[in-house]
Amino acid sequence: MSADVERERPRHEDLVDERLVSWYFLAALGYMFISMLGGFLMGFQLIRHNPLRGIELLSPGRWRMIHTNAIAYGFLANAFLGALHWAVPRLALRPVLDRRLSYFIFGAWQVVVLSTAVGIMLGQAQGLEWGETPVWIDPLALAGLLLVAINFLAPIVRLRGPMYVTLWYFTAAFIWTFLTYAMGNFIPQYFVSGTSAGAVGGLFIHDLVGLFVTPLGWGLMYYFVPIMLKKPVWSHGLSLVGFWGLAFFYPLTGIHHFLYTPIPMFLQYGAVISTIAVEMVVTTVLINFFVTLRGATGALTNNLPIRWFYTGMVFYGLTCLQCAFQTTLTFQALIHFTDWVVGHAHMVMFGVFSMWLLGTMTYLFPRLLKTDWYSRTLCEWHYWLSALGIGLMSADLIVAGPFQGYFWASLLPWDVSVDFSIPFWAVRLVAGTMMFTGLLVFLTNLALTWAQARRAEEPAVLAAAA
Amino acid sequence: MFEKKSGVLLIAGLLFFAIAFLSNGLVPILMYKNLKEKTAEELVQGNGNLRYQFEDLARRYPESFKTAFGTPPEETAAREAWLNQKCADALRRGRNVYVGEGCWHCHSQFIRPVSNEDRRWGPVSKSEEYQNELQRPVLFGTRRVGPDLCREGGRRSNDWHAVHFFKPTMLSEGSPMPEYPWLFDGSPDKPNERGFALIAYVQWLGSWQESYPYYKDYQASNVKDVKLK
Ligand code: HEC
Repeated sequence: MSADVERERPRHEDLVDERLVSWYFLAALGYMFISMLGGFLMGFQLIRHNPLRGIELLSPGRWRMIHTNAIAYGFLANAFLGALHWAVPRLALRPVLDRRLSYFIFGAWQVVVLSTAVGIMLGQAQGLEWGETPVWIDPLALAGLLLVAINFLAPIVRLRGPMYVTLWYFTAAFIWTFLTYAMGNFIPQYFVSGTSAGAVGGLFIHDLVGLFVTPLGWGLMYYFVPIMLKKPVWSHGLSLVGFWGLAFFYPLTGIHHFLYTPIPMFLQYGAVISTIAVEMVVTTVLINFFVTLRGATGALTNNLPIRWFYTGMVFYGLTCLQCAFQTTLTFQALIHFTDWVVGHAHMVMFGVFSMWLLGTMTYLFPRLLKTDWYSRTLCEWHYWLSALGIGLMSADLIVAGPFQGYFWASLLPWDVSVDFSIPFWAVRLVAGTMMFTGLLVFLTNLALTWAQARRAEEPAVLAAAA
Repeated sequence: MFEKKSGVLLIAGLLFFAIAFLSNGLVPILMYKNLKEKTAEELVQGNGNLRYQFEDLARRYPESFKTAFGTPPEETAAREAWLNQKCADALRRGRNVYVGEGCWHCHSQFIRPVSNEDRRWGPVSKSEEYQNELQRPVLFGTRRVGPDLCREGGRRSNDWHAVHFFKPTMLSEGSPMPEYPWLFDGSPDKPNERGFALIAYVQWLGSWQESYPYYKDYQASNVKDVKLK
């Protein structure tokens, strides 16, 4: 009998390797720091005040790629892995396949990300957007993703009966991420060129967002939001619609990154229609989460992680609304190639997913360190600097975009559009500084909290020793 | 099915992904499978515009050219073949530099049929133009901080490009384009191997267009006047 209970309700310590979760989070924050430095370099270059110009290893073009790759594979992937090591075992009631494997993956992944950064810095990037990882690292990264899938799928597969929503998203994401990475990094490099490579490249860019980041992100939301609000998600039916709609339509949208290219027009139309379908699916998910909040809106003020999450969801709604417009050919003609798209990308990557992960960290660090945040005020500063920063940055770039588009279409000399953009690029730099300051505040708070945890531990250790 | 492992794994994870790849990825692959993919050597063959620019590089910067590529053979036919091969190598290398420096994040390589782009840059891009090894993966690009480059070849002189890459603001006041002094040995008139390669690559872009308005007539030469001491 007691053995049964033990099996049914395993202890948290046997499930979750808390040290590993902290390590992943720390690595993630380190890469966010690096990524933002890269952003600054390009930001200063654009307003023509790059203080470090003419230095090969610090070339803004290279650091622009480190900027995006460090966010995707350094920050997002590490932070997700940390959160997965917390959530998956607790949901499946079983630990991951093998603890040593987990640590091996941790180490291997840091090697992959660091060598990606160094490779790009040395000028060895691959010509695939969001996949600039030098070609010699690609097989290693792919093997890493396979191990991740095996390690996490092991407890999930042994689960009996229907799974909770979160696990649908996670399970599919493990498969999709692996397939996406393999498709995008190998097919256009080794098997096809030209227009066909472009079609596959488009699928890759979008699947990376739609099939790696998005399902992991929503999986975490379905897990943490009900726990924090202490009530179930409003509608199970809408969860089903959300998941299956995403699974079907999202993979079909990639070519919308290359509208008006020589890629066959009927495929472009298909991508446009699927994209609009995705937006409708997304609306159901948002409705579900916002209705869940009904009667608990107080959490937005006094529960900081919930505020991070729901702010992310508001941004999610905005990006998707934006997307429904920008995917149409009419809009594309104007805004493609402009800062509108850059604003969109920042809103998705920072405004949504980084917000969710920073919220997750705000929630988990006190549990990992067994102490409250050193300063709640600093947490608030982190939130407000990040939220206002990203709001300002995306608004600024999204406004600049259509102007740039009209300048180009008007056939005025190119420099006119550049000169016009300079004030907008200056504002984006201010916004970036806010976000960066937010990160520094968070890191400071974290260091102080850690010190506080150490101090709390010492008397206990002494007492135990006595 | 909708909440079971098997459904999620097999239908959402594998099947839907496969449907998307087959319909969006495999269809264009099959549609273009008869368009032969050209090698860099084939791109150089018969492309007088490009060869003209390459020889021009040899003529303008003879010392640096020799350091970067070596000395050509004496005999005319051998010399032709040598120049062709060096030019093809330069294209490949130039493409790597272009990718490694992230030029493609500020410059697109396709002309759309909208937004007056054909009036600004030239003919709308076609699929055939991309069926070559230098478009692996394709460099369409998704952002334009600077102008599109797929009709750039022949638009500017080699000297212009050299100075521009060395320090863009020397030619284009207030340009936000970064400087690339490491493509040169100290000054714009001394490109190194990477510098030559990048200039050749940029001069190649669009050089296959018969109609390019900026090209002078090119007469095949036996490059007698290329003096490589
Ligand atoms: C930060 C974005 C940026 C990067 C990175 C960049 N450029 Fe530019 N580029 C520009 C801008 C803006 C212009 C227009 C102003 C000028 O002529 O300098 C330009 C102009 C050009 C032109 C002249 C086009 C014409 O005929 O008017 C060429 C050629 C060019 N760039 C090639 C390159 C190459 C090759 C690289 C990589 C080594 C590169 N650029 C990297 C922004 C960039």
